Amino acid sequence: MVHFTAEEKAAITGLWSKVNVEQAGGEALGRLLVVYPWTQRFFEGFGNLSSPSAIMGNPKVKAHGKKVLTSLGDAVKNLEDLKGTFAHLSELHCDKLHVDPENFRLLGNVLVIVLAQLFGKELTPQVQAAWQKMMTGVANALVSKYH
Amino acid sequence: MSLTKTERAVVESLWSKVSTQADSIGTETLERLFTSYPQTKTYFPHFDLHPGSAQLRAHGAKVVAAVGDAVKHIDNISGALAKLSELHAYILRVDPVNFKLLSHCLLVTLAARFPTDFTAEAHSAVDKFLAIVSSVLTEKYR
Repeated sequence: MVHFTAEEKAAITGLWSKVNVEQAGGEALGRLLVVYPWTQRFFEGFGNLSSPSAIMGNPKVKAHGKKVLTSLGDAVKNLEDLKGTFAHLSELHCDKLHVDPENFRLLGNVLVIVLAQLFGKELTPQVQAAWQKMMTGVANALVSKYH
Repeated sequence: MSLTKTERAVVESLWSKVSTQADSIGTETLERLFTSYPQTKTYFPHFDLHPGSAQLRAHGAKVVAAVGDAVKHIDNISGALAKLSELHAYILRVDPVNFKLLSHCLLVTLAARFPTDFTAEAHSAVDKFLAIVSSVLTEKYR
């Protein structure tokens, strides 16, 4: 079980309170699909993903990005029980969505990069480390029900 | 995996801005690496790794300069980094997983310092470029 220090929690919740979930979510998911095009395999029904601008402007990508990031908000609120928080989503990603867990790692890292772009200096090495720890925790929680 | 003409142009364009802050970008990248991924410090038992240490600054500058060399010879990264490739294979023997960690920390540093320039396209091109650099540095491992 992951344990977060008081400083780590402050770093995470402090930054999260300033995140525009719709904007950051769309940006993160869009970049995942641009930088790692093979991840598009999960989004065949999303319409035009033919170029970086098409992807970044795609309304379905933005909507889904918002959904994913809203879910991450649950993680921020429940840092002491990520496994419990994501148990249902873990089953979904395994049984219905058939997502290789490597993708959680990729998206987590893309999100940290988006946060760096949004917050610049505020994403100090220490703040980044807290977020990396949370992203790893979320990824592990999402794998926990895989079979 | 090789860079398209457009990707090369994007990397060169972003790197021209990097070179004005090369040393501090290198230092920040390493600080991020050692803070988020403490296991990477195992390769530097002989270094003073406190933020601001002279060794950290020198090594950060070295790393970014090497990446800069790869950008300068972006048509022949293998040739440009041949000596470094041997160094990593026979002397340093850094486990390949760490190149991904360092690349990620460099991307975070670039995104933080150049938010407007670090578009999705630039992100994609630089990520791909760093993956190529990493594979060149590990190509002689076995």
